[in-house]
Amino acid sequence: MVQLLSTDQMAEFANSGCLFFDGLIDNETNKEFLNDIGHTDIENVDNMQKYFQNIKASSSIPRIPAGTPLKNAYPYKSPLEKIFKNEVVAGAINSLVGSQAVVDHQFLHLTFPTKYFKKTNQRQMSQVNHQDSTIDPRITFDIQLFYFPTDVTKEMGGTRYHPGTHLRIVNEMGIAKYQNIKGQKNIVCKAGTIGIFHNGLWHGAGVNFSDEIRYMFKVRLQPTEKQELLWDPEKKYKPLPNKALYWTDEKQEKTVNDILMKSYPWQEADTNRLDKINTIKFWRMLTGHKNLDIDYWLTRIENELY
Amino acid sequence: MPKRQKVLVLYLKFPSLEAEVISWATFDGTGQKLHMTGDSDVPPYPTGLDALLDGWRLFQSSQAIPEHPGEEFRTSYLKHEFFFEKIEEGDF
Repeated sequence: MVQLLSTDQMAEFANSGCLFFDGLIDNETNKEFLNDIGHTDIENVDNMQKYFQNIKASSSIPRIPAGTPLKNAYPYKSPLEKIFKNEVVAGAINSLVGSQAVVDHQFLHLTFPTKYFKKTNQRQMSQVNHQDSTIDPRITFDIQLFYFPTDVTKEMGGTRYHPGTHLRIVNEMGIAKYQNIKGQKNIVCKAGTIGIFHNGLWHGAGVNFSDEIRYMFKVRLQPTEKQELLWDPEKKYKPLPNKALYWTDEKQEKTVNDILMKSYPWQEADTNRLDKINTIKFWRMLTGHKNLDIDYWLTRIENELY
Repeated sequence: MPKRQKVLVLYLKFPSLEAEVISWATFDGTGQKLHMTGDSDVPPYPTGLDALLDGWRLFQSSQAIPEHPGEEFRTSYLKHEFFFEKIEEGDF
């Protein structure tokens, strides 16, 4: 039985563009994955490309044509099949892109440590900020599921990401000139952690200053059905009524609307308001409530009488 | 003495130099420091004005471009961009 996301988790995803499940996959499966790809110490690796070619040639990670249904994608009892069958992983996928999602692509990201760059006399640089994979003005969204088979410490330079950027329409590396963005995060996590990004989320790989190879297995999934109330098949969600603006009550409990309207330190004063408007439009799509509003942002400007 | 350019790019919260820095990038033509993406979580200055006070010279800022009709709610790149420079002399 899969565990669908809660409304609060969906609101968190709608607002930040990401969700994390720390240490979700068991250590036995993590070890199985690492053994399957032939993980070794960096001292034994002379060439990054050759190491990657060996993984592709000998591991159970299959060649998957783009558009293959996820449910047919991975070999029976392989580590990746177990991961995608995990009830939390399957529930999150079903909630966001549906049970009939297809694989766009997969990639095992390898981030080599400083030792390798010294040995091969190469400059060690972080990956620039970017958005996958090209300019994408759709309302429909894809997800990118990340699996970390080892612990990721701060010095390992885990994926850098910028919460709340996913609804900004930019063209891939068009954001590369932003070296640092206020509120930027780096993934630091336990082995077995699963992260899920909206395809629009700005991100990039950090520099690995540890002595270990860092791995991140990524799969991009595309829906084949409308993404409306997939997490709430009984349609229990009801929008909250309007509240009096600028009247605050410190004792008030946090609501789903508070999750949706969270701001980030990188947002400009003016565009932050548009980010909120776009989050509300995104929530309208996810819930199917076409006239839903929060804090009157959309009702105010939709009141066109001429 | 040879001269080299250092470039500082600041993105501000609103289009005035007194505004808070929300994103930044540094490119050091002297070769003394290699800057790269994600190398700092704290901005070099709290505001654009603080960069001026520290001797950086502003040489370009973004224009205010009206939103295209029908695209008023579309969000994209960071808007309020300011390019500064310092020219340094030395034995590079």
